[in-house]
Amino acid sequence: MRSLLTVLALFALWLLMSGIYKPLIVALGLISAIVCVWVVRRMDDAADSERLVVNIKPVEMIKYLGWLMVEIAKANWAVTKVILSPKMQMNSKLFRVQHTQKTDLGQAIFANSITLTPGTVSVEVERDHFLVHALCYTDGDTAAIADMDARVTKTEAA
Amino acid sequence: MSVIIEILSWILILSGGAFAIIGALGSLRFPDFWSRLHAASVTDSAGMILLLAGLCLQSGFTLITVKLILIGVFLFITGPTSTHAVANAALVSKIFANPKAAKGSAKKGDT
Repeated sequence: MRSLLTVLALFALWLLMSGIYKPLIVALGLISAIVCVWVVRRMDDAADSERLVVNIKPVEMIKYLGWLMVEIAKANWAVTKVILSPKMQMNSKLFRVQHTQKTDLGQAIFANSITLTPGTVSVEVERDHFLVHALCYTDGDTAAIADMDARVTKTEAA
Repeated sequence: MSVIIEILSWILILSGGAFAIIGALGSLRFPDFWSRLHAASVTDSAGMILLLAGLCLQSGFTLITVKLILIGVFLFITGPTSTHAVANAALVSKIFANPKAAKGSAKKGDT
């Protein structure tokens, strides 16, 4: 059942990508989707059959993405101002950020969100905290990132 | 209607291009590795998102738009991941061009 859905999803993606609907070409696409899933299943048997479990609430995630877009816009503007100002005042600092996500995926989303907003880059991932480098560190940054942390944690399904 | 879309799409494309140039300018102007990393991420996020949005408006409801959105999704995930890889490599090889940053927090010896 799962494999059938995967084949269908891959085939739909292939149709979107190709845009040519001759019977031969479409049949080749379907065959390649099936072969793909067959190979992956064989690899599951040979290797550790590790699956990516997506524990995310879709509605919360969309809300979070909207919020993230606004944050990215704000951060972009801040970094642009630093780049274009003649003095280039910056206060770079490496600091620790606690994360409260339970799943690996949640942690990856949080770390990538930090990196995606210009001005902050997640540098190192440890068991209970990240090392984050900021371009213009202010005292409010820790609270802002803690807020982001809480928002990412809210998108996780239990 | 099509005039409005045209104008909007060119505003998006031009501002995206401007942010890409600003990011490049920042990578040249900034003094050390870490701040340059931040400047490059302006190109990465604002430049990429605005350019792709403008191109989506140009192509309208076609397969090209689907492909552009897919490119955007992939860049949204792979961009920060590769930035993190570069930053982590710099941390591991102990690049601290900014001595203040090095004193501030590079005391962790466990990396």
